Amino acid sequence: MLNLTPALPEIFLLTMACVVLLADVYKPAGQTMISWWLAQISLLVTLFIVLAVQTDGPTLLFNGVYVTDAVSVIMKVAILAVSMVAFVYSLEYQRAREQIQGEYYVLGLFAILGMLIMVSAHHFLVLYLGLELMSLSLYAMIAMHRDSKDACEAAMKYFVLGAIASGMLLYGMSMIYGITGNLDLAAITSAIQAQEGGNALLVFGVVFLVVGIGFKLGAVPFHMWVPDVYHGAPTPVTLFIGSAPKIAALALTLRILADGLQELVSDWQQMLLMLSILSIAVGNIIAISQTNIKRMLAYSAISHMGYMLLGLVAGTDAGYAASLFYVIVYAIMTIGGFGMIILLGRNGFESDRLDDFKGLAKRSPWFAVVMMILMFSMAGVPPFAGFWSKWFVLKEVIDAGYSGLAIAAVLFSVIGAFYYLRIIKLMFFDEDETGNGITSAPATCMVMSANSAVVVLLGLMPGSLMAVCVAAFS
Amino acid sequence: MLSDWPILSLLVWVPVLGGIGVILTGGQNNPQFSRMAALLIALLTFLISIPLYTGFNTSIADMQFVENVPWIESFSINYFMGVDGLSLPLILLTTFITVLVILAGWECITDRVHLYMAAFLILEGLMIGVFSALDAILFYVFWEALLIPMFLIIGIWGGARRVYATIKFFLYTFLGSVFMLVALLYLYSVGGSFSILDMHNLPLTLGAQKLIFIAFFLAFAVKVPMWPVHTWLPDAHVEAPTGGSVILAAVMLKLGGYGFVRFSLPIAPDGSHALDMVMISLSLIAIVYIGFVALVQQDMKKLIAYSSISHMGFVTLGFFIAWQIYDNTGSLNGATMGMSGAMVQMISHGFISGAMFLCVGVVYDRMHSREIGDYGGVVNVMPKFAAFMMLFAMANAGLPGTTGFVGEFLVIISSYKASFWYAFLASITLILGAAYTLWMYKRVMFGDIANEKVAALKDLNNREFIILALLALPVLLFGIWPAPIVEMMEASVQHLVEHISQTKLLIP
Repeated sequence: MLNLTPALPEIFLLTMACVVLLADVYKPAGQTMISWWLAQISLLVTLFIVLAVQTDGPTLLFNGVYVTDAVSVIMKVAILAVSMVAFVYSLEYQRAREQIQGEYYVLGLFAILGMLIMVSAHHFLVLYLGLELMSLSLYAMIAMHRDSKDACEAAMKYFVLGAIASGMLLYGMSMIYGITGNLDLAAITSAIQAQEGGNALLVFGVVFLVVGIGFKLGAVPFHMWVPDVYHGAPTPVTLFIGSAPKIAALALTLRILADGLQELVSDWQQMLLMLSILSIAVGNIIAISQTNIKRMLAYSAISHMGYMLLGLVAGTDAGYAASLFYVIVYAIMTIGGFGMIILLGRNGFESDRLDDFKGLAKRSPWFAVVMMILMFSMAGVPPFAGFWSKWFVLKEVIDAGYSGLAIAAVLFSVIGAFYYLRIIKLMFFDEDETGNGITSAPATCMVMSANSAVVVLLGLMPGSLMAVCVAAFS
Repeated sequence: MLSDWPILSLLVWVPVLGGIGVILTGGQNNPQFSRMAALLIALLTFLISIPLYTGFNTSIADMQFVENVPWIESFSINYFMGVDGLSLPLILLTTFITVLVILAGWECITDRVHLYMAAFLILEGLMIGVFSALDAILFYVFWEALLIPMFLIIGIWGGARRVYATIKFFLYTFLGSVFMLVALLYLYSVGGSFSILDMHNLPLTLGAQKLIFIAFFLAFAVKVPMWPVHTWLPDAHVEAPTGGSVILAAVMLKLGGYGFVRFSLPIAPDGSHALDMVMISLSLIAIVYIGFVALVQQDMKKLIAYSSISHMGFVTLGFFIAWQIYDNTGSLNGATMGMSGAMVQMISHGFISGAMFLCVGVVYDRMHSREIGDYGGVVNVMPKFAAFMMLFAMANAGLPGTTGFVGEFLVIISSYKASFWYAFLASITLILGAAYTLWMYKRVMFGDIANEKVAALKDLNNREFIILALLALPVLLFGIWPAPIVEMMEASVQHLVEHISQTKLLIP
């Protein structure tokens, strides 16, 4: 008898996604909120199931193609929690435009399902399936505003480049398969171990895998889609793309490189090193010249992915833990940042220019402080969570002996601090021009405040989350 | 028992939480409440710091009032605090100056008063945190976090070019500090502990020590500031509101000096020794060249800012001549004297520069001009003010009988033991300091009344009188009788000099 318990979260979420889809079709007129509530409840229940079915040590399922281990539990919890917050902000956006779309949440649930599958995949094909399920849902979410030229352009760009990335990934997988004869991660590891000496074809396969991963993470030089997609997509979709999928992308990277190809660490380490330092440099420098905050945060995302990769460059278990910590903290911060853009929006117009933040401290002092906390955190200034995420990866990089890399990374973080400071300058030092305060629903405002409170709390007491991340890899 | 109380934690968290409370309770409608609340919290903090002084054992160099609780257990980072003779005077200086700064912003700040007061309180807590942290990461968190309130103080309540000044201030200091972070992480990766005291005893190769020294140097030299990384200071000082300038000059610059004695010297003594010529040269350049720069300033605040840089040159000179004195005389006494002089100079500069900026603030609030040329004959209408400023100007020039003399004199005497030319160059400052300070004083205070605006000036009100009197007291008291300060730090300075005189080189 096959024990399906470890896969219960995915099974439940799949069922619920279908239920929400049906409920959305057959809901009574005027009951627009029903899909949102159903989606939120499913996510919450899934989260509890993830916690309930977790086991000590890794459990393999379905002939070893599916795994639950400590890493997958942390990632799933983070993905689900972040997505729930994302849905709260999305609702605010849609309510302001008086068009609450059930499809958005259905697609969102499918995307989340894809992420959960990626997190638990222990087989190249399952990994790929999860990735595609996530990506296809995201393409559709971006294009949901079909009258918007920008959104359609963004969706098209994302789709084409996403397809190329998937192609690269598949090509790399096929090469690895060609040499090792396996798609199962554990089997690949042992097959590579059994090989004598290096194998150029194997390294070639790794190159394609890394390119595919680089695309999915949005790391330089495969970052061209990031600013356009972030900018063109409706803000709630940007917020969604910018948060949970980053965690899933790290899962993809960890599963392929750390689980499957740990033997080739010295090869992919060098490639990731280049990606990482280029992302940090390009992201931080180009962000300075942006006038649109979504574009600015897109470049900031590129640089943050660079910092996250630093942990992988270290190539140690502690380094992976640092990356995991980084991506979770980043997801919390970025969701707050985009959430603020939604909160700032008025009468159905997006407030995504930097100038929209002018004088916010006069209009809504509380939210100016909230945004300030998020910006200082992203810049990596203590005592906020963002500092500890940078601290952790830098520590692992230095422990691994790459002090020069650490120096380069901190130098660019100083450059990066400038554009975060500029937002604070606009909010606090500039005069208010519009006189419009934030008028969002109280519930959304509370979630926003809680969001930044988490950033502060993680900044003051980062120990427990760090301990969880470290324990997951040991 | 008082000594059982976590006094250091109280000193850090009372102002920080009090500041947050002021933000939450205060509003645009009731500024007077915010002012009173902030003053009470600042006074309370000062009162809490008194048992620190009375309960401090001056005969030992060990850390006292130690608190040590685990903070981030995965990496053995602790909430580890304690004071010795090097940090205690600076903590007392901080709690004292903050009270005055709150008072100084009483009337001239009308916009977002609660935020202003809260920023200073939070800043106070964080600065005390820097002075008392004994865990490197805890130190770094305080060190960086205090940029945030200062950034806001200059940016919101500053002068015309405040945005430029505050971003420059932030990025300059941030750039310096990140290198320190890399050095601290490196030290952890070698030694396996974030405790500063463990780092003091960690043997390191000369190459590593030099690099660590340079990383620390970048962090601390920017804060001191040493020539040539001083350029943020005149901008920040000029644009900051009076309270901001006072805190910057009186306490924040001392963070850099404190960093040198807590980190650079004891952690990388051989590296410091190897590079001490560089430090001495930079200090002498600051003393002499910046003194000349101060001479030509037209803006009073800028003049005092440059004079600060010049005076802080004595601090770094006093720290880094230690080895040359030791090599020349073979005894530690001269080095101890130089080090003590540098420490006294930090405290004394805290009082004097704070007072000078407050004096400029007094006339700026009335005239809204810092240009020396707009003034003249002020003594005719503000006799009390002129008397106070005379005292502080003399102290700034290093007149015997004021604290300004003690520190400079000790450093100059000990530098003579290192080299005649150091003493010669350093003493030039006595002439220069007198020249730029007194010349400014003459142009502002004496002569005929320059214009109607000056004629309409009113003399000090009670609040201003109290602030300046409170500063005049220590300037005179410790000038005539510096023993309390010197005794407080003696054992620790002695210990530091002994520590750095022994090599901790790791031979690879």
